[in-house]
Amino acid sequence: MEIGLGHYLTVAAILFTIGVFGIFLNRKNVIVILMSIELMLLAVNVNLVAFSVFLHDLTGQVFAIFVLTVAAAEAAIGLAILVTYFRNRGSIAVEDVNLMKG
Amino acid sequence: MIVSAIAFYVFAAMAVAAGFMVIAARNPVHSVLFLILTFFNAAALFVLMGAEFIALILVIVYVGAVAVLFLFVVMMLDIDFAQLRQGFLQYLPIGGLVGLILLIELLLVAGAWVITPEAAQVAASPAPALEQVANTRALGQILYTQYAYLFQAAGLVLLVAMIGAIVLTLRHRPDIKRQVIARQVGRKRHEGVELKDVKPGQGI
Repeated sequence: MEIGLGHYLTVAAILFTIGVFGIFLNRKNVIVILMSIELMLLAVNVNLVAFSVFLHDLTGQVFAIFVLTVAAAEAAIGLAILVTYFRNRGSIAVEDVNLMKG
Repeated sequence: MIVSAIAFYVFAAMAVAAGFMVIAARNPVHSVLFLILTFFNAAALFVLMGAEFIALILVIVYVGAVAVLFLFVVMMLDIDFAQLRQGFLQYLPIGGLVGLILLIELLLVAGAWVITPEAAQVAASPAPALEQVANTRALGQILYTQYAYLFQAAGLVLLVAMIGAIVLTLRHRPDIKRQVIARQVGRKRHEGVELKDVKPGQGI
């Protein structure tokens, strides 16, 4: 019943897969795609912290903080782009994003 | 030990289930709420691992800031949620295939790897024993010394993100009246008041 590194890595792998799955599944909803990216970054964080704890090396936790920073910045910029896009197009469907070029 | 194992399985199962509901929920507001649940369970997993600072930062940053931001945007955009779900089944096979392949690959990697014995010697910043230095203090001791420049760079990333978000969403609408204080202050009497010499009995 000892919970080891492999257990945490499995949880992270499943969460990451759910994130990838969500990006493929919700082709019309950019908000859910952004949330899927957050899920994937969370899985990366779980991996970093798990390795950091089980290898007794704090660097992983420092990098988890940096990943958290980048994730917050990415969410802010992504949602700002989403709001601008919605103002221009009146929808948030990913499928007509390529109409914006040119 | 058995308690921590049970706690791990409960939190991990809830994190995975909530993570699945994020992409499966019909209403994006529910998706955001399930995302918050996922973050809370992941934070609980971090606490179980002994990384309590990251756990609390995760709750503060993700639940307090990012998820609330998502909630605001979802609620402020006027979207037809039923229309968004169209094409869900159409992309299910390809998405399921890619997800399954990725999961199998990740689990194969997780099953086959071993940690090199030299890993303990090459640790860049070995964690001090928990009895001597608490997790938060140990993190601060290397974050503000060894990684000070990266820490500054992270602050710069946040600054750029803030400026970018403001630039993207701020718009000047020409069709509305705005208060311009300089014009109000710089107004002279002869611009605002006009004296008419009205003859008696004639009107203007």
